[in-house]
Amino acid sequence: MNFETVIGLEVHVELATKSKIFCGCSTAFGAPPNTNVCPVCLGHPGVLPVLNRQAVEYAMKAALALNCEIAEVCKFDRKNYFYPDLPKAYQISQYDQPLAKNGWVDIEVGGRKKRVGIARLHLEEDAGKSFHAEGGHHTLVDFNRVGVPLIEIVTEPDLRSPEEARIFLETLRLILLYTGVSDVKMEEGSLRCDANISLRPVGADAFGTKTELKNLNSFRFVQKGLEYEERRQREILTAGGVVEQETRRWDEQKEITVPMRGKEEAHDYRYFPEPDLVRLVIDRAWVEQVKAELPELPDARRERYMRDYGLSAYDAGVLTASKDLSDYYEKVVEHCRDPKAAANWVMVELMGHVNAQGIEVRDVKLSPANLGKLITLIHKGTISGKIAKEIFKELLETDRDPEAIVQEKGLVQIADPEALRPIVLQVLDANAQSVLDYKNGKDRALGFLVGQVMKATKGKANPELVNRLLLEEIAVR
Amino acid sequence: MVAITREQVEHVADLARLSLTPEEAERLTEQLNQILAFAHKLNELDTSGVEPTSHVLPLANVMRDDEVRPSIPREEALKNAPDHADGLFRVPKAIEG
Repeated sequence: MNFETVIGLEVHVELATKSKIFCGCSTAFGAPPNTNVCPVCLGHPGVLPVLNRQAVEYAMKAALALNCEIAEVCKFDRKNYFYPDLPKAYQISQYDQPLAKNGWVDIEVGGRKKRVGIARLHLEEDAGKSFHAEGGHHTLVDFNRVGVPLIEIVTEPDLRSPEEARIFLETLRLILLYTGVSDVKMEEGSLRCDANISLRPVGADAFGTKTELKNLNSFRFVQKGLEYEERRQREILTAGGVVEQETRRWDEQKEITVPMRGKEEAHDYRYFPEPDLVRLVIDRAWVEQVKAELPELPDARRERYMRDYGLSAYDAGVLTASKDLSDYYEKVVEHCRDPKAAANWVMVELMGHVNAQGIEVRDVKLSPANLGKLITLIHKGTISGKIAKEIFKELLETDRDPEAIVQEKGLVQIADPEALRPIVLQVLDANAQSVLDYKNGKDRALGFLVGQVMKATKGKANPELVNRLLLEEIAVR
Repeated sequence: MVAITREQVEHVADLARLSLTPEEAERLTEQLNQILAFAHKLNELDTSGVEPTSHVLPLANVMRDDEVRPSIPREEALKNAPDHADGLFRVPKAIEG
């Protein structure tokens, strides 16, 4: 029997506020354990939470970027459970009145566009971090992360393969990165993903029994974990067995999913309205104000690059795959007005440097303005492409004005035929054999001669002019 | 009216990490049923046109600006903990899964 895979994701994203959602403690990542805590986030008796307005606005911004409807009125609820990383023994979350719902994200799978529904998006607080020492009898807990604002994004069960799930997650991450509401770093846990997966016979309407996957700590693990689970369920169903509804954990060492034990009652959360927080009323004016702050999103930017800059879909995709890179590229274009040349320089030379050094685009010393000026110098014929690459190397270190370097080092391109002709003649005299080879049909010999002229001029000769003069002079020999 | 069973009381006690003696469970079942019966009086009113109340204060949108305020010293934070080590709260082993 053939099966269809059905996947839905639950994504938690930490918002980039400076302070926590209900108290003034810092949200900085990597602080010494239990130094960003106070009586509110530690859940001491008698304290009161006060909602961070910025967290609400970031959540609204994310919701709008994901095409959601924002609720006019919503509230917070207590989700009750015992776990050492939750000092109050309840998490403040939103249950039956989420901040936003009914959104969508377009993804591209195998060249085709697919729309994935967003069921809901709500605000909640993060829990602490626990460490279980191997073989130890204790759990150690750091509460710095308690109370960091989170949004939980729940998709519709619209995804049909592990690959689609990964692509969705990458697309979602990019959108959120553009909005600036989070740094969405999976490796630092500011983006976390759980997945629900089930199989059903092709053509069936009813969903099969699902399992929930946790501990998917990278985009690759999301896909691998789901692929494993898809295979496991298919084997069970093919053998006439029954999939058990359970939560399973991805074991990245063994590359398998294993059931998580002792959580039968974990879903009895006894939600009730949080009495310490009043309702949130979001009027149109507030929504419009947040909407006005939304930046251009990746899809729109990619289409603009293709339409206005004449870039290929591939190049536009590469440049917009990172907001930093894309912002850098746009500033280069501003300074050279040659979007295609700028795309090449940014994608090949700049990214080559970034990858070789293992740094981020934001760490590049060379400013987009000076790279733009360098491209303009090539464009105007002031310098050759070869010289430009050398100046580029220097610019990566110094970020000086490229024009000053050109003047200082006398790197201006030789574009005057009469200045170049004597050098061409010298090279031809010195390489009679190559001239002969070329005349006998060895095209490669011309390349050698061009190289000799470039060498003699230290790369300053205009290559097209060199070519032309060589051919002229060889013809009369 | 649906009565609360002893099993439900034991289940809720378990969720709340309360251990009850059989006598306590029996007594609480009875008392909870009395409390519910008392609250049941409200069902005599027709509330079909009334929006559920989630908060008794007629307030909305009480918020603060996103400003970092000083946290408390770690020693203070750990003071109430029965046990701690290396600046971390130490609790009996809790393994997820």
